[in-house]
Amino acid sequence: MDLHFTDAQATAEERVAVDSEMGAPESSWQSGQRQDSDRRDNDGQSSERPIGDTRTAFAAFGGDAHGRRHRLLPVLHAIQNRIGWISPGALNYIGLRLDIAPAEVHGVASFYGMFSLQPRPPIVAHVCDDIACVTRGSDKLCADLEGKIGPAGSSCSGGRAIWLRSQCLGLCERAPAVLVTSAGEKSHERVSAPASADAVESLMDDAAQGRLPAEPDVLNVQISVPQSAQNRAGKESEFLPLRLLHRIGKGGAPTLETYQKLGGYRGLRKALDLGPEGTLGELAASKLLGRGGAAFPTAKKWEALFLQRDLLRHDPARAHCVICNADESEPGTFKDRILMEGDPFAILEGMTIAAFVTGARQGYIYLRGEYALAAERMQRAIQSANENGFLGDNILGSRLQFNIEIRRGAGAYICGEETALFNSIEGYRGEPRNKPPFPTQSGLFRQPTAVNNVETLVNVPGIILEGGSAYARLGTENSAGTRLFCLCGHVARPGVYEVAMGTALRQLIDLAGGVVGSGKLQAVLLGGAAGTFVGPQELDTLLTFEGTRAIGATLGSGVVMLFDDTVDLRQILLRIASFFRHETCGQCVPCRVGVVRQQEALQRLVIAKPLGSVTQEVAMLREMAQAMRDASICGLGQTAASALESAMQRWSLFA
Amino acid sequence: MTQSPNNSQPLDAPRPTIPLPRGPVPQAPPERERRSIEIKIDGESVAVAEGSTILDAAKKLGIDTPTLCFLESLSPVNVCRVCVVELEGARTLVPACSRKVEPNMSIRTDSERVRLSRRLVLEFLASSVDLSTAPAVHAYMDRYDAHPERFGSARATVAQPVIIDNELYVRDYSKCVLCYKCVEACGVDAQNTFAIAVAGRGFSAHIATEFDVPLPDSACVYCGNCIGVCPTGALMFKVEYDMRQAGTWNESRQTQTDTICPYCGVGCDLTVHQQEGQIVGVTSPVDHSVTHGNLCIKGRFGWQFVQIQPVDPDGK
Ligand SMILES: Cc1cc2nc3c(=O)[nH]c(=O)nc-3n(C[C@H](O)[C@H](O)[C@H](O)COP(=O)(O)O)c2cc1C
Ligand code: SF4
Ligand code: SF4
Ligand code: SF4
Ligand code: FES
Ligand code: FES
Repeated sequence: MDLHFTDAQATAEERVAVDSEMGAPESSWQSGQRQDSDRRDNDGQSSERPIGDTRTAFAAFGGDAHGRRHRLLPVLHAIQNRIGWISPGALNYIGLRLDIAPAEVHGVASFYGMFSLQPRPPIVAHVCDDIACVTRGSDKLCADLEGKIGPAGSSCSGGRAIWLRSQCLGLCERAPAVLVTSAGEKSHERVSAPASADAVESLMDDAAQGRLPAEPDVLNVQISVPQSAQNRAGKESEFLPLRLLHRIGKGGAPTLETYQKLGGYRGLRKALDLGPEGTLGELAASKLLGRGGAAFPTAKKWEALFLQRDLLRHDPARAHCVICNADESEPGTFKDRILMEGDPFAILEGMTIAAFVTGARQGYIYLRGEYALAAERMQRAIQSANENGFLGDNILGSRLQFNIEIRRGAGAYICGEETALFNSIEGYRGEPRNKPPFPTQSGLFRQPTAVNNVETLVNVPGIILEGGSAYARLGTENSAGTRLFCLCGHVARPGVYEVAMGTALRQLIDLAGGVVGSGKLQAVLLGGAAGTFVGPQELDTLLTFEGTRAIGATLGSGVVMLFDDTVDLRQILLRIASFFRHETCGQCVPCRVGVVRQQEALQRLVIAKPLGSVTQEVAMLREMAQAMRDASICGLGQTAASALESAMQRWSLFA
Repeated sequence: MTQSPNNSQPLDAPRPTIPLPRGPVPQAPPERERRSIEIKIDGESVAVAEGSTILDAAKKLGIDTPTLCFLESLSPVNVCRVCVVELEGARTLVPACSRKVEPNMSIRTDSERVRLSRRLVLEFLASSVDLSTAPAVHAYMDRYDAHPERFGSARATVAQPVIIDNELYVRDYSKCVLCYKCVEACGVDAQNTFAIAVAGRGFSAHIATEFDVPLPDSACVYCGNCIGVCPTGALMFKVEYDMRQAGTWNESRQTQTDTICPYCGVGCDLTVHQQEGQIVGVTSPVDHSVTHGNLCIKGRFGWQFVQIQPVDPDGK
C-alpha cells in the first residue's frame, strides 16, 4: 500500500522502542536501508516483498496474509511504556513499520484508555474511585491527594508525575487501590493497596528516582484468598475442599515443579490418554458452564471446533484458535487476577487441553493491561512450560503442538467482549462484531475460535482428572461445580472465595465474616456494574444460575459487593452510569447515546432537579433501558441499565 | 447519457490489430443458482434468494424500513440500529440491513418493541446531532413520533466548529451520526486511501485524520467518495456549503443530468447537478456497474473550468 505520512518524524528513542518490539526494519519500505530487493518494478516481477516479522506463532495463520497489523497493540504499548505518550512522529513510524495508514493507527491508539496522545509526565498514579473503593475510603484518599498535590491531573515529583482518577483496577479486596505506572527505558508498574496519600506520593517520588521495587505487586494469599491453607490452621472443618484455589500460595511463587507436585498436568496426561473425543465426553458430562458471564456450556463450544477438525486437514489456510479471556475489567471482579498470579500453570493446562480437543495450535491470553504481576507470572509460566515440553511442538511426547502468546489489553472494558477482543488482537479498534457469525465459526482472524474465561479453564484439568460426572455432582442440577466469588465492599474479610454452586448468599457473606461498616446491610451488588442489586430480604437466594435468574438477578462475573446503610446508593448508581458512559465503544447509537442520556437523567435525579417530574424521568429511564437492551449490538449496551433497573425495582430512590 | 448521436448511419468498426481469438468469446461463469428461502414478515410469506437480508425481503413486500448506515455498495456495519426488527425466538431485536434470512424466520417490523427502539434511536440521534440537512431522518422521526427535546437543553451533543480546510469540500461533524460510511468509502470498500478513520471512544468517537491534521496534510486525494455516501450532509461540497450560507441553495430549482466523465477511458457515470446554469455538485449513481457511486477528483470536482466561461443566456 502506498501510504501518506505527515512530516512528523519519530525521535531516536521512539524508533528504538518500536524496533525493540518489531526487530530492525528490513527494507527501505519500512524506513530501513535501501537494498536491491526493495525495488518494485512495474513489471511486477523483481520485487520480492519483504515479509513481516514471523517470529510469533501467528505464522500458523498464514504468514504475511494478515500483514503485520496484529502487532499494532504490542507496538503501541512499547511506545507508551518507553516514552509515556504517543507522538505524531512515533505514530507515523508505527504506520511505516506496520504498513498501516496513520489515520488508522491514530484511530486504534485513541480507542484505548492507557495510551496518551498528548505529552504527559512519564509517571502516572491511577487512583481508583470506583464503587468498591468508595466503600473503603477512596473519597478521603482523593481528597488528601487534592490537598497535597492539587486536583486530579496535577503534577508532582518535579513535574515528572501526575495523578489521575481511575475506575476499578481489579484490586477491590485491598481497597482503596492505586496503580503507579512509570514509563522509561525500564518501565515499571507498582501497586499500592490499601493506599494512603502519603504512600502514593512516596511511590511517585521513588518512581521519579528509579527506585521502584522490581516486582509490580505482592500476592498476599492470607489477605486475598481468605480460605487459603495459611488461614485454615486448626479450623480445617470450616472449609470445603477447594478445587480452584487449593494450590494458590502453596510453595511460594508458582513454579512448574511445585505445580506438578500439587497434582498439576495430570489432567492433561489423562486427556491425552482419553483422546479428544473422550475428553470432550468428560467435559460434557461435567455440565461446566462458562464463568465469564454468559454461562454457555463449555463442551458445546469446544465441540463446535472439534467437529470442524476434518476441514483443517484439507485446507492449510484454516487454523483453529483458543483464547483465554483474561481481560477482567468488570468493577468488583478480581478472581481471574488472583488465579493468574497464584496458579498460572493451571490456566496453561486448561488451554492445552482445549487445544487438544479443538485442534488449535495457537492460543492467546488476552490479559488486562493493568495486571502487571499477573502478566509477569503468566509470561514466566509460558516460558517454563515451553522449556519443559508442556508447550511447543511435541507436548509430553504426544506430538501435540500448541503455543501460547500473551496479548496485553490497554484500558478498554469492552475488549473483554469476545468479538471486540478479536478485533483488538488483530490490531483494529476494539469494537464488537455483529453475531452471527459466532466465534466458533468465524473468530480471531476469521478462524474458528473458542474463547473461555480464566476460571472456566482452571476448572478443566480437575474435571478431566476426576471425571465429568463427579464434577456434575457438585453444586446443583443446573449449576454444576464450584464457583469463585469476589467479596468486596462492606464485608469483614474481602477476597476471592470458592463455594459450591447453590450456596446461599447469606452463607457466603457469613463465610467472609459478615457485614462491616455500620454493620447494617443495605444492598448487595451481584455480578458487577453489568449485574443487579439485591436487598437484605433476598439473602436466602441460592447462588446458582437459575436461583439468581428467578429473582431477576445474575451471577455475572462473580462479584458480591456489599453496601451498608450509610451508603448513598444513588451515588453508586451514578458511578456505575459514568462507568458505562466512559466504557461504551461508541459504535452503535442506542448504547453510545443511551448511556450518556441515562447518566444525565440520573444526575438530574440525584440533585433533585428532574425534567418534568420524577415519574417522568423514571419512565424515560425505563424506555431507554429497553431500547438499549433490545437494539444494542453487544452485551455492554444490553446490560448498561441493568443495575439501575434492579435498584429502581427494589427501592424508591428518587421519591 | 443525455443524447444519442443523431447520426444513425453505422460506422465502420476499426480493424483489430491483434488477431481475435478463434474460439467462442470467453464469458464470465454464470452466477451460482441460489436457493430460495421463505420467511414470514408481519404474517406474510416471502421468498428471497439465499444470502439476502431481512431488509431485502421486506423491500420485496413493499415495507419501507428506515436505514442510515446501510448502503448497497458498502459492507454492512449495522451500527445505527434504526432498522431493527423483531425476530421470533431471538432475545434482542436484530438489524434488518445485515441479518441474513434463514428458513422459517418469522419477523415483525412494526411491533411495539420495534417502534420503541426505532423511536429511541431517532431521539438519541436527533438530540445529539444536527440533522438539519438530513430530511430523510425527519420523515422517520414523524413516523415514529420522536421527541428529542425531551432530554432537556443541558444534554451533551456533538456540536463543534465546521472544518473548512480546502477549497473542495467542508466537514461539519456537528452533523455526523457516525454511520462509518465515509470511512468505509475511503477504505477497503472503495477508495483504499484510508485518509480518515473513527478515532476516540464512546460518545467522543468521531471521524478524524491522524491527530486531526487538516485534509491537505492527510492522505486525502479528494475523490469525494465520502461526500457521496454521507447521509446527513456532514460532508458537503464547498459550493453547496457556500450557497447554503448565502441562502441561495434551492434544490427545487436544480436539475440533474447524467453523462459520462470526459477525463479518462474508465467511463464513469456522472450525474451533474446544476442550479441557474451553474454546476453545484457531481454525484454518481450507486447502482452503476462501473462506479458504484465512486469517482475520482477529476470527475467529482473537475468542472470548475466549465464555470470560468461567462454564462451564455442562450445556452450555447
Ligand atoms: C462488555 C463485556 C465485557 C466482558 N468482559 C469479559 C471479561 O473481562 N472476561 C471474560 O471472561 N468474559 C468477558 N465477557 C464475556 C465474553 O464475551 C465471553 O462470553 C466469555 O469470555 C466466554 O467465556 P466462558 O464461556 O468461559 O464464560 C464480557 C462480555 C461483555 C459483553
Ligand atoms: S452496545 Fe455499546 S459497547 Fe456494544 S457495540 Fe454497541 S456501542 Fe459498542
Ligand atoms: S475525499 Fe476521498 S480520499 Fe479524501 S477523505 Fe474522502 S474518500 Fe477519503
Ligand atoms: S461524516 Fe457522514 S458519512 Fe461519515 S460517519 Fe459522519 S454521517 Fe457518516
Ligand atoms: S479496585 Fe477500586 S473498585 Fe475495584
Ligand atoms: S441501517 Fe441497519 S443498523 Fe444502520
